[in-house]
Amino acid sequence: MSVLLDKARQRQTRISGAILIGLGVLLAVFMAPDATGVATFRLSRPTDVWPVPNLVVPGGPFIYVISALLAFLGVRLFLRGGAKWASMILGIGLAIAVAAFLVWATAGKSFSLTGMLQATLVRAVPIALGGLAGVLSERVAVVNIGIEGMLLAGAFTGALVGSLAGGIAGLVAAVAVGGMFGFILAALVVTYRMDQIIAGVFINLFVLGLTSYISSQVFQEYRALNNAPVFRTIKIPLLSDVPVIGPVFFNQNIFVYGAFILAGLATYYLFHTRHGLRARAVGEQPRAADTLGINVYRTRYVNVTVAGMVAGFGGAWFTLGSVGRFDEGMTGGRGFIGLAAMIFGRWHPVGALLAALVFGFADSLQQKLALLGTPIPSEFLAMAPYVATIVVVAGVVGRARAPAADGKPYVKE
Amino acid sequence: MRVELRNITKRFGPVVANKGVNLTIEPGQVLGLLGENGAGKSTLMNVLCGLYSPNEGEIQIDGQSVRFAGPGEAIRAGIGMVHQHFMLVPVFTVAENVILGIEPVGRFDHLDLTTARSEVSRLSAEYGLAVDPDAIIETLPVGIQQRVEIIKVLFREADVLILDEPTAVLTPQEVDEFFQIVRSLCEAGKAIVFITHKLNEILDISDRIAVIRRGEIVGTGDPKKLARPDLAEMMVGHPVDFDVARAPFVPGDVILGIQDLTVLRDDGAVAVDDISFQVRSGEVVGIAGVQGNGQSALIEALAGLRRVVSGQVRFDGTDITQASPRERHRLGIAHIPEDRQRAGLIGTFTVAENMVLDSYYAPPYSAGTSIDWGRVHTDAAAVAEQYDVRTPSVHTSAAHLSGGNQQKLVVARELSRDTRFVIAGQPTRGLDVGSIAFIHERLMAARDEGDGLLIVSSELDEIMALSDRILVMFKGRIVAEYAPHDAPVDKGDIGLAMAGARV
Repeated sequence: MSVLLDKARQRQTRISGAILIGLGVLLAVFMAPDATGVATFRLSRPTDVWPVPNLVVPGGPFIYVISALLAFLGVRLFLRGGAKWASMILGIGLAIAVAAFLVWATAGKSFSLTGMLQATLVRAVPIALGGLAGVLSERVAVVNIGIEGMLLAGAFTGALVGSLAGGIAGLVAAVAVGGMFGFILAALVVTYRMDQIIAGVFINLFVLGLTSYISSQVFQEYRALNNAPVFRTIKIPLLSDVPVIGPVFFNQNIFVYGAFILAGLATYYLFHTRHGLRARAVGEQPRAADTLGINVYRTRYVNVTVAGMVAGFGGAWFTLGSVGRFDEGMTGGRGFIGLAAMIFGRWHPVGALLAALVFGFADSLQQKLALLGTPIPSEFLAMAPYVATIVVVAGVVGRARAPAADGKPYVKE
Repeated sequence: MRVELRNITKRFGPVVANKGVNLTIEPGQVLGLLGENGAGKSTLMNVLCGLYSPNEGEIQIDGQSVRFAGPGEAIRAGIGMVHQHFMLVPVFTVAENVILGIEPVGRFDHLDLTTARSEVSRLSAEYGLAVDPDAIIETLPVGIQQRVEIIKVLFREADVLILDEPTAVLTPQEVDEFFQIVRSLCEAGKAIVFITHKLNEILDISDRIAVIRRGEIVGTGDPKKLARPDLAEMMVGHPVDFDVARAPFVPGDVILGIQDLTVLRDDGAVAVDDISFQVRSGEVVGIAGVQGNGQSALIEALAGLRRVVSGQVRFDGTDITQASPRERHRLGIAHIPEDRQRAGLIGTFTVAENMVLDSYYAPPYSAGTSIDWGRVHTDAAAVAEQYDVRTPSVHTSAAHLSGGNQQKLVVARELSRDTRFVIAGQPTRGLDVGSIAFIHERLMAARDEGDGLLIVSSELDEIMALSDRILVMFKGRIVAEYAPHDAPVDKGDIGLAMAGARV
């Protein structure tokens, strides 16, 4: 291409290189001398069918090696460019820096790696489902800021109906209420052409206000209304006995399995079926779809409603899949992180799932580190998922392309 | 399949777009539908293809009366339309675009792309429409995209193909190829409706011509018996003089000098690639080229609306490369933007307000902090009169004017002061013949008063009629230069250059 584009890209790779060099220096100067003793990572429990030995890493030497590697990658990026692989090298660099950080925090102690990976999946669930809901609605060009509210509505409904009529009923009700808010969003933005951002914010504020009011006024009085059963983990026979992989992937509850299955189904739907092709056409060129006899409005209604149902399911995770009771604003911005996962995943269901795993990892990392007792204040650790969001969306994503008609209402001639 | 339109009337509120139209479309024939922009051609065809339903009248297919509730029904009845603005999904493949809406599927709604590909290949072979079924639309040149549109209609087994201004985006060579395709479709028994406002093309391709003016069919005839001036008179309603009156070419000193200019598109790709040329006082330099080859970015850079990445622009000896639009304006550079709706005027502002968009801030219109609206209104009324801007009053919103009057308003604002240089992008796109003639006259008057002019147009005929020198742009570079006053210029030759054959 052009010289100028190369220049811009070169600057970007130089910044990436500088970041890696900085990280390397940081590790070598502050962390390596501090990491005395060995870090022990437990990979299995003694009760496992096939126990595997622990992973034992000498703290200081490991961190020095990593910092040297980071410095090498950084200098290479800084000097040579290698624009094509720059973001991948930056990603690898960040990953090994995180590994070194983990070794530093664990030095002299022992830490369950498998447990953290298991928590990663669990924590990724609401983000993945939120991201999936985002993919489904933005693929038909409806920007869905309301996912946060839909998650919260799902969490609340799951707790309430779950307490009254059991977990399955709670789950069905959460999905239905999520779908209802999806339908409301579709009605506002498709039929009444309300601004999509405002409509989404309206849903968020409405759900937040309503659920907070009920939980503080009603649930305080009648505690039985906020005491739902929690879905237990389901062990997949044989597979769950595989070391590391087994407990992480095959000993989870229905929300984790659900997120993976839904991501697969959504991929099949969007890219391999007739209706998926039509949905994408509506998101890219609604006028073209219209002239071919595709009902643009109905397509948007259906997809945004289904997106709401997915978000409702994700919301139920907070209560039925986790603690069994509802707290005010308990979704804590997971819906917005889900939107970031959607962008990081380039509007692809599997991409959104993988991105959610990155955020879930940051979330579970901060949780486990707090237990390990690092000198870093826990408030800073709690920022990790959000910092990861910013770094990923601003730095690593690069040029992702949204559906062409995203956010634009369609007016029939 | 024979289609008859009987007494079709279509109204939009108080506006009558089509009035009592009768038209017959015969299989194996090309019906040329000729009319000016806004005459009602597209409305009529949108009625036929089911996008609009008529207020009165009926459509008959082989003698049977039909009603279409939407485009889907018209397609099923065998009527397909190729729209002027392509109705393709840019990120889809050719095959996906072709099947969209009537997709072949297997179990579980699974798309059967294998069948889709082989259908596309079969249709391309049958009608000589070479395309790769797996190519992504946005990577294809417009000529090929148009073929995809035709394949789309054929895949729906249409017997009647409506082609709305199909040649607007094509180079002269592509037009020739396109005509061959149209003829092969006719030989296969398809009925074609060819909508255009270009007289030459309609005489070349049609078996029968119908002329539409102000929503009514004002004449039909055999192209072999009709002459160009007669058709033009039918289309416009009065005799038309095609020649632009011009004084002899008396070039002055160089007024605009462009040296090694490079400009980027919004997405960072190179739009104008290291070009250099000069324009003299009293000279019209016309830039020909297929749209999207950097002309827009060039104009924006010269008007100060797009950053120059490298190179220099000199105006009358001073470097204006980094000058703001207002500084350029003060130097006497007028700019008629390509898109009058977006960049030329503010639709919700009145005619008077639009007239002073460039001068409201200085005397005589502004003193201190307030604007002398009385002065603005009297001056605007005078200029509107002088430039034939037909408006109920200067207090009317610009959005309520017709396209021709909007453009005349832009031209009036830009040329009604002391100018030394005029940059004009697509100055007559989408206008009626009367407005075109008026604007051409004004541009030539500026030239004869000693202004330098740079005109960009995708209408090659316009470039050839106005220019003292023609530059052809292709992929951001100037690939050919012609001086019509020295040697006659061959249109086919320019066409080849526009297609990049001269690089």
